[in-house]
Amino acid sequence: MQNEWPLWEVFIRGQHGLSHRHVGSLHAADAEGAIKNARDVYTRRNEGVSIWVVEASAIAASSPDEKGPLYEPSNDKIYRHPTFYDIPDDAGAM
Amino acid sequence: MYAQMIKSTGKTVKSLDEMDPQERAFQERIDAGGKIEPRDWMPEGYRKTLIRQIGQHAHSEIVGQLPEGNWITRAPTLERKAILLAKVQDEAGHGLYLYCAAETLGVSRDDLTRDLLSGKMKYSSIFNYPTLTWADMGAVGWLVDGAAIMNQVPLQRTSYGPYARAMVRICKEESFHQRQGFDIMMKMASGTEAQRKMAQDALNRFWYPSLMMFGPSDENSVHSAQNMAWKIKMNTNDELRQKFVDQTVPQAEYLGLTVPDAHLKWNEERGHYDFSEPDWEEFFDVLNGNGPCSKERLEARNKAWDDGAWVRDGLMAHAEKKKARKLAAE
Repeated sequence: MQNEWPLWEVFIRGQHGLSHRHVGSLHAADAEGAIKNARDVYTRRNEGVSIWVVEASAIAASSPDEKGPLYEPSNDKIYRHPTFYDIPDDAGAM
Repeated sequence: MYAQMIKSTGKTVKSLDEMDPQERAFQERIDAGGKIEPRDWMPEGYRKTLIRQIGQHAHSEIVGQLPEGNWITRAPTLERKAILLAKVQDEAGHGLYLYCAAETLGVSRDDLTRDLLSGKMKYSSIFNYPTLTWADMGAVGWLVDGAAIMNQVPLQRTSYGPYARAMVRICKEESFHQRQGFDIMMKMASGTEAQRKMAQDALNRFWYPSLMMFGPSDENSVHSAQNMAWKIKMNTNDELRQKFVDQTVPQAEYLGLTVPDAHLKWNEERGHYDFSEPDWEEFFDVLNGNGPCSKERLEARNKAWDDGAWVRDGLMAHAEKKKARKLAAE
């Protein structure tokens, strides 16, 4: 049991012109095997037209503890939202 | 259920006031319907209980392939064979979605596998019963998958994100399983006298083991209360069992089959069926590894693991060699 296959994260593009979306993970010896396994595990019902796999250890992720410092700077910039601006109805659709 | 008798590590359910700020924030998030994600802070008990529950659920899917795999080569038609093969393949997939959810809690796949193979971790009692005739394929799909769905639909709202997402996927696929089982039962029940008898016999044998899938009454269980507070258990065992009986009895009537319970009766006042409890002594015995097929199932899993070792090792060695060659060429 000491020779566990590495863990791969799987991303699938659905059929409707969407971006790839994370669907889960699996184990495989290499990338080629990971794509084949992903086909069997995550697309048994035509769920995708394209598969990305990436070794889980290669992903860098933000930490939930940094949520404050990471996202707060955008909190007070409400002028980034269109609803910040009062446009009279007379101006027409905008 | 697919995860029976999950003991949580919490002793009693703490009130919000008894919790430290971190745990309180965690519980309030769950109470508000929020999801907990892998890297979020969580109480150790929550993590451990979830690993146990998701792991047992995953093992059940994997071992659950065996009773049906038994009939793939003997399915009555090519179409039935293809369908059964697809269903068993789905069970493998469900096991993999769940292992992947468990791994986000910091346990390795091999650890989980080792604990299944050694008998340390359990799987659902239902898969320790034999599948003796083709009608059993009908009964398993109709009753066993039916009971599983009853438990899994509410788990789509469970508090742990990766588990909830795995359940959404599984529920989507599971509905085909139950319908194909009922389809087999319809065919058998409307067939020759011998086929009808076979269908009745399958119902007789699978009825009580299916009721056992929900586990014994847990209304007063501390574990159950903690697991419900954490939203990793959404309903009591009795609630789900009642729901299953209420749904299944009319289906048995539709098939013209008799549920093997002399005390089964519609209770107008309660708006539910009254029914007999399964033999809980048998349940504990089966869960402790003394079911009719317990030994066979574990042996089959151990053999598959051992026989596959050279493939796993070979592919890994090949991958490493390729990687080294690529590095050398760069």
